[in-house]
Amino acid sequence: MFSLIIVINEGFKLVKRLAVVDVDLCVGCQCCMMACNRRFGEAGVAKSAIYVRSAGGIEKGFIVLVCRACIDPPCMKVCPTDALSKRIGGGVILNQNKCVGCKLCVNACTIGAIFWDEANEKPVICIHCGYCIEYCPYNVIKMEETG
Amino acid sequence: MKFLPSKVLYVDLSKRRFWIEDRKELFEEWIGGSGVAIKLLEEECPKNADPLGSENPIIFAVGPFTGFYPIASKTVAMFKSPLTGNLGESHCGGRSALAIRMAGYGAIVIKGVSETPVYLAIHGEKAYFREGSAIWNMANSYTVGRILREKEPGAGARTIMRIGRAGEKLISYACVVTETYRHFGRLGLGAVFGSKKLKAIVISGKKSLPVADSKTYRELYKEIFNLLINSSSMKKYHELGTSMNVNPLNEIKALPTRNLKDAKFEEAEKISGESFAKDFLGRRVACAHCPISCIHLAVLRTPYDSEPYFYKSKMICYDYETIYALGSMIGVGNPENLLKLLDEIEALGIDAISTGVALAWATEAQEKGLISTKETNGLYLKWGDAETYLKAIRFLVNQVNDFYKALGKGVEYASTIYGGKEFALTFGGNEMPGYHTGLAAHLGFLIGSRHSHLDCAGYSIDQKTLASGKKLSIEELIEELIHEEAWRQILSSLVICFFARGIYKPELIIKAFKPLGAEFTEESLKAIGKKILKAKYEFKVREGFQLSKLRIPERILQTSAPAGEFSKETIINGLKLAEEKLASL
Repeated sequence: MFSLIIVINEGFKLVKRLAVVDVDLCVGCQCCMMACNRRFGEAGVAKSAIYVRSAGGIEKGFIVLVCRACIDPPCMKVCPTDALSKRIGGGVILNQNKCVGCKLCVNACTIGAIFWDEANEKPVICIHCGYCIEYCPYNVIKMEETG
Repeated sequence: MKFLPSKVLYVDLSKRRFWIEDRKELFEEWIGGSGVAIKLLEEECPKNADPLGSENPIIFAVGPFTGFYPIASKTVAMFKSPLTGNLGESHCGGRSALAIRMAGYGAIVIKGVSETPVYLAIHGEKAYFREGSAIWNMANSYTVGRILREKEPGAGARTIMRIGRAGEKLISYACVVTETYRHFGRLGLGAVFGSKKLKAIVISGKKSLPVADSKTYRELYKEIFNLLINSSSMKKYHELGTSMNVNPLNEIKALPTRNLKDAKFEEAEKISGESFAKDFLGRRVACAHCPISCIHLAVLRTPYDSEPYFYKSKMICYDYETIYALGSMIGVGNPENLLKLLDEIEALGIDAISTGVALAWATEAQEKGLISTKETNGLYLKWGDAETYLKAIRFLVNQVNDFYKALGKGVEYASTIYGGKEFALTFGGNEMPGYHTGLAAHLGFLIGSRHSHLDCAGYSIDQKTLASGKKLSIEELIEELIHEEAWRQILSSLVICFFARGIYKPELIIKAFKPLGAEFTEESLKAIGKKILKAKYEFKVREGFQLSKLRIPERILQTSAPAGEFSKETIINGLKLAEEKLASL
């Protein structure tokens, strides 16, 4: 259920990615974060791959941080153990067994969309499963075809 | 019950020490929130403690649903109130509840007093006593927030609670501001912070919480989430927010106006939820882990006098209660002026309801010649004159003379010194909320443990009476008010926002406990609710509270209420019945 979603549409192979549609629609409820963490059967936010914070005070609105599925991901390039591999349609897939927890990927992500699971000392990166979308009543995020 | 937030962080400001205790037994018996907070208050607050003395503790508590279920988004604060001299309980959303839970705690107890200004930074298991001198004397709570936002880590997963000048000046109804637009508003927690030289508390953390049955938990979460976002009552909170009540309450003549000399405000339409939404609404925001987003922020663009075409645009929060208190209650019908008053209140960190009622009482006292410009420091307070009210708020917060010092102790106190008791609208020492619906509302303010409309929602009973034409007997009324307040202890122990009380009914709460790993029955929950209410009542009695001694403001009998006339004797009778009933809980 939470692995890569591949949609076959009229004979074309289309892959989807999670996209932030309009960040100004965001009310900052953080229900997407809680949803992401529930994928692991737990409540809380420690394992969330999407993150919402204010843009310098709630009056200024919010920033929604999530992997935008780079075609040429900088995080992958700096991984010394090849724990990150390219995901079809953009972004990366993490091989937990290969990861040594060096955090280089966290620093390499230009938009700051790689988070850190303190308990496991591993990065948390969006796999574009779309589970969070169901829990965003304001349509801030959606699944988008990447071709 | 592994899911219980059983860790309590203790902070001693005098000794600059902190420690963590596992209080599992407390959470197992008293759930969390209000239930746990009243027990911790009993433990920590000595009898007859001075509310502004080092012996008065500050308790924050969240509940077993915090972090697990949507709209379990509130934190309960308990302390001894400097306003009433008795039980202080105030609830706040923002990011406070989730931050406390994600930092790993079910409750935080703050004791002692710091010798020098301090702010607390609690990041997960660590607490830091940070130098607060540079932000002390900083009048504006917005600025304190801006500074700490830059200084402290944890953006997005933290709460920043802080006080403005009102808290430092120990105004009895100073509030604590969190995330700029939410507050521990009532009963003076801001002054307790100030008395401890505690300017702010930053709390952050990022935890994961285990559940006993993940599959059922996920399914049930989805069910509750959908119930919330599809319910019509929640939709109203989202669209217009609580200010949706301005027009309907005004129409039935229940909107306190000009110190309740009237209950219908001729300019209500201009300050209604509909008008604000149409002309000023700039953004709607939510508390952490609540999809409703009832927080409504207006944009106010004001020009600077110094330079042409130079403007500032501010986001200012409005709600029903603040519109009542600084709008109709003091006759301000100009929405821009009302927003300026709200902005000032937010900056200085003072409770909007108490401030509005204090200004209303002062205006009438000046009208009647009980006070003069000597007391008001040269001001002629006049209904609707927002500019003068702005000056009065600054005089009040800066405590410029004896009159403003008295007013800073609340309307009950000020009217003892200057007279005007009959129109001093306080209940148990707390200034009146914005509902003049009838007997049930006023009895509720009197007997409710916080003297708030939120205790037992008497206004709702009045509105039902008005709609059905069926009047409850005084016995039935007291029974219903206490029954409602007892049940609300469960909601405020979980801690669920009261806005979702129609969704989190007993059967849903029981169902929601199951995948976390706990079994309750409706009877067992209701019994705990009663037990919590009893504990709160007993604390109040311990501190000298007596229902039969409560003052009944004459004004509520003089201005007719929509649910029908009522007499002082009926109220006295109601208080007697409530006293018996609460004593035998």
